[in-house]
Amino acid sequence: MKNSIVLNSVRFLSLLLAQLLVFNNIDFMGYINPYPYVLFLLVFPFTANRSLYLCIAFLTGLTMDMFNNSGGIHAAACLVLAYARPIVLQFTFGVSYEYNAIKLPKISIYERSIYILTLVLLHHLILFSLEVFNIANILYILKKTLFTGILTSILCLAFNILFSRHKE
Amino acid sequence: MQQIINFLIRNKNFLLFAFLLFLSLVFTIQSHSYHRSKFINSANFLSGGLYESLSSIQDYFNLKTYNQQLLEENARLREIKSSSSTQFEDALSYGQTIDTVSQYNYIPARVINNSYSKSDNFITLLGGERNLIKKDMGVITSNGIVGIIENTSSKYSTVFSILNTNFQTSAKLRTSDHFGTLKWDGLDPNIVQVVDMQEQAPVKVGDTIETSGNSAIFPKGVLIGSIENFELDSSKNFYTLSIRLFNDMTNLGHTYVIENRDKNEIQELENATINEE
Repeated sequence: MKNSIVLNSVRFLSLLLAQLLVFNNIDFMGYINPYPYVLFLLVFPFTANRSLYLCIAFLTGLTMDMFNNSGGIHAAACLVLAYARPIVLQFTFGVSYEYNAIKLPKISIYERSIYILTLVLLHHLILFSLEVFNIANILYILKKTLFTGILTSILCLAFNILFSRHKE
Repeated sequence: MQQIINFLIRNKNFLLFAFLLFLSLVFTIQSHSYHRSKFINSANFLSGGLYESLSSIQDYFNLKTYNQQLLEENARLREIKSSSSTQFEDALSYGQTIDTVSQYNYIPARVINNSYSKSDNFITLLGGERNLIKKDMGVITSNGIVGIIENTSSKYSTVFSILNTNFQTSAKLRTSDHFGTLKWDGLDPNIVQVVDMQEQAPVKVGDTIETSGNSAIFPKGVLIGSIENFELDSSKNFYTLSIRLFNDMTNLGHTYVIENRDKNEIQELENATINEE
């Protein structure tokens, strides 16, 4: 238990620093900045208390908002991601899933990609809709969501594979 | 009663979710309304400190650019000085008095965090209340306009960048006094727009646009950019201009914060005039 708290805190801090110092300054093609900090919420223990998970997601988003001066857009997006996670888990791993049994490094890369891509796209859709805050720019929102979402998913998957403890 | 409590317990996750979502939406909507102090901002010791230490490393790589900017600014100031000294003598010979205390005070501040790829961008400065920086002061560089101070802490402040879709200020042509409203459409960080410029204005591609001095924030004549192209809007009465900024907003180093010493006086006068009506 204690081990898990330490592990998650270290993961949170390192992803936060990586996000702020590296990934916020990428500006690929002028507007694409990936947000791989969501990996923290994606790999958060599946067995954790649901209310605690929601609160942690909210605070993670709020921290990002503080550094980015963006109001509450990251908080809202992370919260929706956290709330939708069990639904997406059920969708990706079948109806008969028991989330106690799922360990991310053990499932196939295909299922893992679907899981990450779905939640990342959802998170980015909320994030950019709230950031642009104008329904007239819906095409711009969708374009940004798609490209940034794909880049974020690739980065999340890469980090996940690189840092998983189960070596093959 | 029992049923209500049971309902609350059964749906506690959903209620928590709804409450936190409501909270974050309040923060979001607050951040989209113009000129409202934000509860969550990067002018605090945690994010300010992190950005400060990061930018002190990054500054080394930009020293050459900063030196170049300073040289150019010095050259321009020397030019102004040599050309204005004769005018001052003329003014003196006519017996006019010159106000020796300048209306504007310039406070130097270093940029420690800058964003330009979002639709609402903010800049964090090293310099806050203890450097006499207050809310609603203008921020410029030697090349032109940057933004308006939004939040301050004792050591840091955040700037409402001109690259923010809620930003508005008054801008005019250098060659005449026709003015319009400066805005940004959120797309290209090098191009801003001026809308509602009178159709009579002598607009030409390549002309310089500068601040009008109508607001108490920026003095008259701060550079903004040059006209890239222009078109009449649908009512055929007003021009919409695309302006290429002189400032490279993606590479900001040192800025000046402008304090207007007469601001309170101007505002009191204007408020009194409005109240009389």
